[in-house]
This record gives sequence, C-alpha cells and structure tokens, in this order.
Amino acid sequence: MHTPPFDIAAVRRDFPILQLPIERPVAFLDSASSSQKPEAVIAAQAAFYRTTNANVHRGVYQLSEQATYEFERARGRVAFFINANSAREVIFTRNTTEAINLVAQSWGGSNLHPGDVILLSQMEHHSNIVPWQLLAQRTGASLRAIPIDSAGRLVLDDIDTLLQGVKLVAITHQSNVLGTINPVQYLATKAHAVGALILVDGAQSVPHMPTDVQALGIDFLAFSGHKMLAPTGVGVLWGRKALLDAMPPFLGGGSMIKTVTIEVSTYADVPARFEAGTPMIGEAIALGHAIDYLEAIGMANVAAYEESLGHYLLDQLAEVSGVTVYGPPIGPDRAAMASFTVDCAHPHDVAQVLDSEGVAVRAGHHCTQPLHAALDIPSTARASCYLYNTTQDIDRLVAGLRKVTTLFA
Amino acid sequence: MSDMYRDLILEHHRYPHNYGTLDPHDVSQEEHNPLCGDRIRLDLRIADGKIAAVAFSGKGCAVSQAAASMLTDELIGMDLDAARAYSKDDVLELIGLPLDKNPVRLKCALLSLKAMKVGLYRYLGQQLDTDELD
Ligand SMILES: Cc1ncc(COP(=O)(O)O)c(C=O)c1O
Repeated sequence: MHTPPFDIAAVRRDFPILQLPIERPVAFLDSASSSQKPEAVIAAQAAFYRTTNANVHRGVYQLSEQATYEFERARGRVAFFINANSAREVIFTRNTTEAINLVAQSWGGSNLHPGDVILLSQMEHHSNIVPWQLLAQRTGASLRAIPIDSAGRLVLDDIDTLLQGVKLVAITHQSNVLGTINPVQYLATKAHAVGALILVDGAQSVPHMPTDVQALGIDFLAFSGHKMLAPTGVGVLWGRKALLDAMPPFLGGGSMIKTVTIEVSTYADVPARFEAGTPMIGEAIALGHAIDYLEAIGMANVAAYEESLGHYLLDQLAEVSGVTVYGPPIGPDRAAMASFTVDCAHPHDVAQVLDSEGVAVRAGHHCTQPLHAALDIPSTARASCYLYNTTQDIDRLVAGLRKVTTLFA
Repeated sequence: MSDMYRDLILEHHRYPHNYGTLDPHDVSQEEHNPLCGDRIRLDLRIADGKIAAVAFSGKGCAVSQAAASMLTDELIGMDLDAARAYSKDDVLELIGLPLDKNPVRLKCALLSLKAMKVGLYRYLGQQLDTDELD
C-alpha cells in the first residue's frame, strides 16, 4: 500500500458517520450502494434551509434570487466536473434511474421504430435494462446484450455484428458488481460509426474517477448524487446540447413551459424543459458542495488511492480459503470493489455475520439479475470502497470472513 | 449475531429436518425471495383433515433453511385449520429470532410459511391474503 495522495485521517474526520461512538466504528464497505456524506455537504444543505430557502426561478425577491443563484451554481459545478460544454447540458433528475428513463421516453419515444435495436450488456443494472424494455414494448424496437467472458469483461470480438441495426448503445461505465471498467470511448467510436448514439450509465464511475464527457465522445451520461457524497434525491442527466434541444418534454408541469393555454403549450429551452415542477433545490446545492469537496482532493487522487485499496482488497480476499471473487483481476479496468461468494455460507449469512463484526457489506443480486444468471449464482456479497476507506477496513472484512468460515464450516 | 446464529439455527441449517420432496403429494408450492434468490419448495400430504407428511427443498440462507426445517417439524400431524391459522408471529416464536426490526431477514424467515399457506389455501380453494407474509 503506497502512501495515500491525500490526508486520509483528515478525510475520515470529515465524515460524521465514521465518528459515531457505536461500540465499534463501522467499517463501511457499501459505498457502491450509497456513499457517506461529509460535514461540508450536510452543512451546505442545512444552510440552504436555514438561510436561503425559497423556490427557484419564480420569485423576484432576494431569497428566491439567491436560491436560484446557488441552484444554478451547482449546475455549473456539475458541468465543470464532467467537462460539459455548457451548464445548459446538465439536467437535474432524482437519480440515475430517472435520467435513463428520461432519455428512453423522450429521445427513445421519438426516435425508435419497429426493428431498431438497443444494445446493452449482460452486466447492466436493472436501471439500464427496464427503461429500454418499456421503450421497446412501446415502439417495437428490441434489446440485444453484449456478452461477458469468464473474467467479467465485455466480449467485443463480434462488436460489428452486435451493432447491426443498433440505434442506441446503453452501457455502464463501471459494473456495480464485477467492478469492470468498460471501454466506453471505444464503444462510442463504434456506435457513432454505425450512426447510433451512446448513453453511459455513470452511476459507479463518476464518483470514483475523473470524467470528461467530451474526451469520452459520448452522447448521454447518467449518474446519482448519493453515490458521490451528495444527498439522495438528486441525480444528473448530461446530454449533448443539440440532442437535448431536439427532444420532446419528459414530464409536463410548471417550469418546463414558455406559454400555456388550455389547449396547447410551448416548452422552455433546455435544461428547464426537462425539469418540470419544483426541483430538489437543497439537494442540488449540496451536490455542488460534494463536487467542491471531491475537486479539492482531486479525482485523479481519489482514483489513485482507490486503485491501491482495490489491490489490497483483492490480495487479501485471495488469502481467505473458500472465497470466490468475481470480476477481472486488479488492473486499469478494475475498480476497488469485490463481489464474492463463500463456499460454506449464503451471502445473506455472510453479510449478517460481518455486520455483527461492524463490517457493512451488501448481499443480494445488486439489481443485476441477468448478470447473476450469467454467472450462474443467485446472489453475492459485495464490499466496495471509497476515498474514506482504509486498509484497516479491509483487514476487518477479512477477519470477519474468517469468522464466517469457522461458524459455517 | 450470536442471536441470529444460535446453535439451534446452525444445527437445522446443517442438518435440516424433513428435507426432500414427497411423491405423491397433495400440495406442492414453490416460493422465492426475489431480493436474494432464495427458493423453497414445500410438499404436503393430507389425510383426514390433517397434514400427514411434509417435506421441503430449496436453497437459501441459514435463516430461511432453518426456519423451514423447524416449521416442517411443527406441521406434521397438524389440523388443516391450525395450519391455515399459523401466523408470522408463530414462526418468529418457533425460531426464536427477534426480527421485527429486520425487514430484510424477516422475508427469509417467512419464506417457508408463505409456501405452506399459498399451497394450502390453493388446495382448499380459498383466497389467501398475502399481506402479512410480504
Ligand atoms: C451501475 C448502476 N446503475 C444505476 C444505478 C441506479 O442508481 P439510482 O438508484 O441512484 O437511480 C446504480 C445504483 O444502484 C448502479 O450501480
């Protein structure tokens, strides 16, 4: 383990939940599900409600002006964070799931026809499968999945064949189970070569690595605030301006209109067109502060630190007999998480015993039933790291797993 | 955990009672827990208004398997009326786990009860309100 590129002890002190005086501090290894929040983010959201609370884009009074200013500042911070061309390309949604549904209904509903194909992969989260199924049922399009190999990587040998008839590639940048980091840039080039668009599910990648939508050459990116130190209730859809401009509304209501008569309405420009109703103002502002926090550390530093944690995690798990880890070996295409099974115990029991040792991991199918079907296992336990985890957390995981094997042997 | 994995639970998990299938059977019902993929199949043979024989099979966590093992012991010889009335609280008392604040594990513990009730109600041609079992 190299020395972290930032002061890890100071970072840990920033997270109130890691300081809780429970019998033993929790080794929180479930950030892939939802991350913890630093004091700066919690305080920013509270400060909004204490000092700035008002609706946005409506009042001319001081509070509303300030709320609007801060809300739009957050949009700008998001745009900067992912290197968008303009803040107008950033739409606030509730989460990744809503962002994907927005594209499916709005873009998909007006661009897909019977016979068109949406290309996914075997490792997608249900959030990046079900919205496309609903769309396919509505439009007569169909779904196709890129298979995975035994190491948990996409099999791209036949990508040209797979891309036949494809109008949209919808793919995760980083698997929430295997930890595989997919070659999104390559897939974007391939998709565009056949005239298809590409939507990237960045729920697991954006929190953990630098993201540059222009360098990736993608068309849409969806991600969730709650996995990147921000509150629940705020997520992002980024899309190329020209595409968004041409898309019909998703939800109808206030804020997304220019004019309304009883018969007909005209719609606001993006991003307002896609933000019907009062948005999650405090949460979006807090997301802006989460980005400030991550930027202060530097996403390259976060990624470098997590790479060394991932190394340690996989090395340590390999030492525990009876544990099988899924996904690629540690390397540039492998994130700091591990889904695993234990020979003698069901994942639920593994997670429960670990919990009694103060180690929080998730057990289940992690919203990836098609992936688990391909792996031919009903469920796994998953340990996932973030910038506040340490090798001690991983040591406690391993000690807990040894307890599991003694208990159930 | 010491609670959750008392010796009794581990014992039933390791050496489940009434494990297998019944052929012929009057009731055979499979239920699964979509959260974790646990599956339980419960077979019943019915004679003279009583459960004459019972067997379960399937895969899952220690809690779901041990609960099924203990429940099947209880069911042998039980009146159909009593089986029909057997409740969530009865199962929790039977297995001795405090799961009221543990909604996720509760589903594991109740999987075999659900299979028994869904199967039995169907056999009796009655409508089951599954609310208490979900
Ligand atoms: C890869 C991936 N996609 C989508 C989602 C859905 O995120 P959310 O529940 O925030 O919409 C998740 C998180 O669970 C995920 O890991």
